[in-house]
Amino acid sequence: MKKKSRVGRRESRNSSAYIFLFPYWLLFTVFIIIPIVIAIGLSFTSFNAIEKPTFVGFLNYINLFTKDAVFMQYVVPKTVAFALVVGPGGYILSFLLAWALSRLHRIPRTILALIMYSPTMTSGVAMTVLWKIMFGGDQTGYVNSWLIRLGIINEPIIWLTNSTYLLPIVIGIGLWSSMGVGFLAILAGILNADETLYEAAAIDGVKNSFQEMFYITIPTMKSQMLFAAVMAIVNAFRNGTISSSLAGNPTPGYAAQLMVNHIEDYGFIRYEMGYAAAVSVVLLLIIYAFSVISRKLFSED
Amino acid sequence: MAYKGNRVNPKKFSGSQVKIILWILPIAIIMGLPIVFIFFHAFKPMDELFAYPPKFFVTRPTLDNFTKLFKASRTAGIPMSRYVFNSLIVTITVVVSSILFSTLSGFALSKLKFKGKNALFSINTLALMFVNVAVMIPTYLTVNFLGITDTYLAHILPLISLPVTMFLLKQFIDEVPDTLLEAAYIDGASEFMVYRKIVLPLIKPAVATAAILVFQAVWGNMETSNYYVSDESLKTLTFYMNTLANANNTVAGQGMAAAAMLIMFVPNLIFFILVQNSIMNTMAHSGIK
Repeated sequence: MKKKSRVGRRESRNSSAYIFLFPYWLLFTVFIIIPIVIAIGLSFTSFNAIEKPTFVGFLNYINLFTKDAVFMQYVVPKTVAFALVVGPGGYILSFLLAWALSRLHRIPRTILALIMYSPTMTSGVAMTVLWKIMFGGDQTGYVNSWLIRLGIINEPIIWLTNSTYLLPIVIGIGLWSSMGVGFLAILAGILNADETLYEAAAIDGVKNSFQEMFYITIPTMKSQMLFAAVMAIVNAFRNGTISSSLAGNPTPGYAAQLMVNHIEDYGFIRYEMGYAAAVSVVLLLIIYAFSVISRKLFSED
Repeated sequence: MAYKGNRVNPKKFSGSQVKIILWILPIAIIMGLPIVFIFFHAFKPMDELFAYPPKFFVTRPTLDNFTKLFKASRTAGIPMSRYVFNSLIVTITVVVSSILFSTLSGFALSKLKFKGKNALFSINTLALMFVNVAVMIPTYLTVNFLGITDTYLAHILPLISLPVTMFLLKQFIDEVPDTLLEAAYIDGASEFMVYRKIVLPLIKPAVATAAILVFQAVWGNMETSNYYVSDESLKTLTFYMNTLANANNTVAGQGMAAAAMLIMFVPNLIFFILVQNSIMNTMAHSGIK
């Protein structure tokens, strides 16, 4: 009886829920939903950003899967390779680092957390300049100079135009910059869990840190773990700035041509906006499929 | 024999923590390298910027790069303070309204009952997954249609609703126990009171995380200055710094770019340090979970 009345009370306040939702969803609809709907619409057209788009049906999608050799031969395998390493790798690394940091005293923890998060802060302009200098193609590049001094190589390697090294470098930088918001969310989740749970678990026979991790830490912060997982997937598939800022677009020999680079290539270099939109819709579907899998993993009790 | 290993959030520094630090130190050095590099690079004189073999550390620090940067900005018609002012106005407005709107929406999606709740949440998650580059032209068309180009609103309105932020906040609000809210409802609290007095204080770590995220997104945003605003005096500092660094993409420009990079990075660093306390400080005794 009591329970019913509480639920009923909240049920009856339907209208107030919409007041809470209104400001966010108004701006969200205008600046995010409407543009996305337009983009999806454009994926069924031929549009060069100057003339009016003309309707072409599913032609862009058909061409993507049957005629775009670069997409099938380079973009898909490179994107999969990048996402398979950077997605799960970045996620596991985020969790382990957050877990290790939570066991430290406040001061070393704060300093280390700042350091781990800093690659996310130095993105954009900073990252381009920094890594280009690091992997400079002549002797003045830092990596070349170190390797020559250590006697590992004799001749400088032109890292960023070499199709063998480019993808590993891009993956490395991807991992390096993956301690982002997911990492912070996990850290906050671990640090804000109820301490008494750990005490109770110790009494119930939890013997080591790993049992503690699997039986208490992870189950008590499923929401944060799911958030971090979705963000890891999104970042792994939506990343393109590393490749294009290091090696230009298209990357030499399509060595590190990821989905986003392909979209930028068609959208802003060839001005085939309709085709670019079709590739983004396909990318959206791929990301969504993976996020559904991760949701299944975390909703099982 | 109950296990009493390393506790979460220890109150003191102890020997067992040294072991953890030693484990993560190699990772920390690689992760931290770029910050150190950005700092050293900005103070390098010309010959050290192009030294062979290249030097990571600066041996004769100089302010040359900064003076050159400011000199270049003086020749422009608009004082740099104008860009700083624009960036501050835009960043503060977006961070505050974004956090407010997202927490309100996250609270409703997590704790209130209404029709279409799951659908709304799915739409938000889907939007988060769509690639930004694909919506650049459609967003431009929308901004243009609304007639807000060349105003502060063009910097502010498109950035307030950030799907990631709402997703993050909603996930944290999910962890707030319903029993706590129900107790408040029985005591006659309104929904807004529950949001304000119970939910907001309990999700402080998430609010801080979200604030860092929004701050970075707005502060580093160049899209709005590039596409929605053509009036030079309304553009942001990030845009301006970037043009300065790019326009002088010569030997001398390298030094200016290094200085600009540091200037743009420092506010991110300061903001993180200011709010990190709310993320790192445990709330274990405040009744969450």
